[in-house]
Amino acid sequence: MRLTREQVDHIARLARLHLSEEERERFREQLSAILEHFQRLQELDTSSVPPTFRAVESQRLPRTDEVQPSLSLSDLFSNAPQVEQDQFRVPPILDS
Amino acid sequence: MNDLTELSLQRAIHGLRQGDFSCRELVEAHLDRIQRLDIDLNAYLFIDGEGALKRAEIADRQLAEWRKSRQSEPPPLLGIPIAVKDILCVKGMPCTCGSKILEGFVPPYDATTVEKLLNAGVIILGKTNTDEFAMGSSTENSAYGVTRNPWNRERVPGGSSGGSAAAVAARLALAALGTDTGGSVRQPASFCGVSGIKPTYGRVSRYGLVAYGSSLDVVGAFGRDVQDVAIIFEQIAGADRRDATTVDLPVPPIQLGQNTDLDSLRIGVPKEYFIPGMQPEVEQAIRQAILHLQELGAVVEEISLPHTEYALPVYYLIAPAEASANLARYDGIRYGQRISAETMWDIFYRTRGKKFGAEVKRRIMLGTYALSAGYYDAYYGKAQKVRTLIKQDFERAFQRVDVIAAPVAPTTAFPFGEHTDDPLAMYLEDVFTLPANLAGVPALAFPVGFDREGLPIGLQLMGNYFQEELLFRIAHAYQLTTDWHLRSPMST
Repeated sequence: MRLTREQVDHIARLARLHLSEEERERFREQLSAILEHFQRLQELDTSSVPPTFRAVESQRLPRTDEVQPSLSLSDLFSNAPQVEQDQFRVPPILDS
Repeated sequence: MNDLTELSLQRAIHGLRQGDFSCRELVEAHLDRIQRLDIDLNAYLFIDGEGALKRAEIADRQLAEWRKSRQSEPPPLLGIPIAVKDILCVKGMPCTCGSKILEGFVPPYDATTVEKLLNAGVIILGKTNTDEFAMGSSTENSAYGVTRNPWNRERVPGGSSGGSAAAVAARLALAALGTDTGGSVRQPASFCGVSGIKPTYGRVSRYGLVAYGSSLDVVGAFGRDVQDVAIIFEQIAGADRRDATTVDLPVPPIQLGQNTDLDSLRIGVPKEYFIPGMQPEVEQAIRQAILHLQELGAVVEEISLPHTEYALPVYYLIAPAEASANLARYDGIRYGQRISAETMWDIFYRTRGKKFGAEVKRRIMLGTYALSAGYYDAYYGKAQKVRTLIKQDFERAFQRVDVIAAPVAPTTAFPFGEHTDDPLAMYLEDVFTLPANLAGVPALAFPVGFDREGLPIGLQLMGNYFQEELLFRIAHAYQLTTDWHLRSPMST
């Protein structure tokens, strides 16, 4: 299992990660080795095995639909890098 | 007066109520010790000395009033100083998760576990070091420096809850909260010679725990001995409507008593947990401890958990896949650090590229790949199916035995830098702890010996779903009849 540079760049793009030249090469090598090791999973026949998404099935904990106090706007915005008029400020989203 | 940092939780609670010492004295003793030792150990990322002393004064007043009136019991943990892993939200205290991307983030609310402990009267001394977003087995992945093992400063404390384990071992807190996604409570407990519980998945609320692998994450606790761990566990367990994966089962009061008779209890020893290449002293100590449990009346038999060897690839596909989704929230918009750029896309790329550390990026990449079109079935889908096989191993074993005894890790604490260039070698440190997380069963780690260099060795008892109490009872019987847990790493 050898990842190509193109694959690494594709994954980094999906994950919205800017990687340096050195990181791209290092991750290509390390992820290739890790995935190689993980090939052993293919030894197992799982054609009739259902997947497990969580170890303990949760029961639904129903609750009445009541208005409850929640965090104030000032609490919510207290950690934001840029706020304007009770809104998160970001640069233009659409390409001009 | 005896050193107040050496007290067990029960003794500390008793002493405070009797008025043998004040809460202020108890908190000051810990703060003094932190000031002296933590420059070197770096167990804490944030220390709230002023806040702790303020709360101590309030606790002292409450205790004084209670002693006068003897009406209505004070909260069960009133005045007890503890530490909290820096991945759980404590209102008003910075929460970095060991990451640069959350530098300066101050959560406006408490995690449920924190809220419950505060209601029980604890005093939070500060936040402890962790591998970035709990991804690691040595605390070397923290963006804020390594934590040193109190038993040997050249060794790692384990991880990811290395700061909490080191703080309890070095007597910088009476107890601590940690989290365990793939061994992050048990392995540092083992490396630092303290006791630690990973509860059943769903037993303890994850609300306010910064998410890593949501189908695996669970909040646990560290203490000097299992009795102290049980006291904290009892307070934090239980259903929470803010975490839909919590299970609505009663938490039985844990009464440990003085009984050491393990009366025909069946203990299974899985042969897959004794592998070539493990440190011989670890195997020796584990076998010796199992023999001891046998002498206390337990019936020991060898069992097999045949899919154990697949736990590592299964975990390192599922956890990174969940992490890649969970960590998508760090976008530099709503909280945390932002690196400014012309477009929003560039804010994402640059903020995440620059502020996440190497291991976090590696796991996000791995998880994104495992979930990506064309590879989902071969990796993520396959891992989910093998996870079923691992779970069935445990279900089958618990038809024959009551609990499973095994080593926590194949070695004792390793030197700094030993695995930092080889992620796969680091992942192999987790081989014995991952299966319990994948199956969701509870597991309790506690010290059962030391290697030639004086480094602690830990055993884990894994139990059937929601049977934490049984694990505590067995380990308590062991600790009543041995003294490994009484050893302290530092004379100062």
